[in-house]
Amino acid sequence: MYYIDPHLHMVSRTTDDYETLARMGCVAISEPAFWAGYDRGTVDGFRDYFHQLTDVEPKRAAQFGIKHFTWLCINAKEAENVSLSREVLAMIPEFLDCDNVLGIGEIGLNKNTPNEATVFQEHVQLAVDHHQQILIHTPHLADKYQGTRMILDMLGDHSGIDRSRVLVDHVEEHTVKAVLDAGFWAGMTLYPVTKCTPARAVDIIEMVGAERLCVNSAGDWGPSKPTAVPDLVMEMRRRGHAESLIKKIVYDNPREFFSQSKKFELRNPADRVGFDT
Amino acid sequence: MDSKQILDREFLEIRSRILDVASSLDRIQRADSDVSNDPRMQKLTEALQIVLTDDPHRAEKIQMLFSRQYDEHWKDQFSLPSTN
Repeated sequence: MYYIDPHLHMVSRTTDDYETLARMGCVAISEPAFWAGYDRGTVDGFRDYFHQLTDVEPKRAAQFGIKHFTWLCINAKEAENVSLSREVLAMIPEFLDCDNVLGIGEIGLNKNTPNEATVFQEHVQLAVDHHQQILIHTPHLADKYQGTRMILDMLGDHSGIDRSRVLVDHVEEHTVKAVLDAGFWAGMTLYPVTKCTPARAVDIIEMVGAERLCVNSAGDWGPSKPTAVPDLVMEMRRRGHAESLIKKIVYDNPREFFSQSKKFELRNPADRVGFDT
Repeated sequence: MDSKQILDREFLEIRSRILDVASSLDRIQRADSDVSNDPRMQKLTEALQIVLTDDPHRAEKIQMLFSRQYDEHWKDQFSLPSTN
């Protein structure tokens, strides 16, 4: 089955992974800017990273017929440094016209601190000012519920937000309903230990339905599996779900969400010739 | 799938996961030092008690057990600038 992985950090993955993804049916990836595993010290470090996201990765993906999209920001972890964050925020517009930039992300909270909240709000304002979609990271583990509620509070305070153009990612059993009920899109991340397993993600689909819900691997430099979305496809098939429902989750939904950006162009896989995306 | 089909499919997997939990607790108990007063052990015990209920939202309840509390007045302590 053709699918889109809406959250995958390919800067941390090998070219072999691109080939494996293509073999498994992946036709498009969206790659949010994230924490590289260490705190970068200067705005030029981020400029180089954004160059990688907007120029290098699309070319690497294209070798295997995968369309590469991206989102720009300074992530929540490095947002603790407010002065550096403001330098990065001021630099981001240099890249917003790049062909593969879908919006601002993955912004959010990490430890739910005042500095993180300040920088989150400034990112949201940047997105609104530039009519960009927003992709949001919610915190890990014990901080997730509190942080998700705080993020929803801040989004709710902003009158300029179009909720249909915002995806709140990494939802789990205790946060998915609040996100969907507030009118946002939601993403489930398939991680071996710290987020959803494919089985639990399918449970959530069965409980809350498939509207405005996406799944992703969030594959990165840590314990993660870039081919986790096909694992979810297999789990849904094992449970007897219709192919149309599976396709809605792994292809139609991300396509619908991304299509709100004028930058999102993806040839129908059935009409493709070779690697022409 | 009906309940019987799910149980048929998942019985051995559930059995294996319960054994993993049991053996992890045995391993902790066999090791030197005592963690019985560690709050994480308390959380694990509470989580297992939730598993044994017939609440239809056990997973969500366990997620909440392992979550920090949300205070709806959190903004009062943050001094955030107002938004549009």
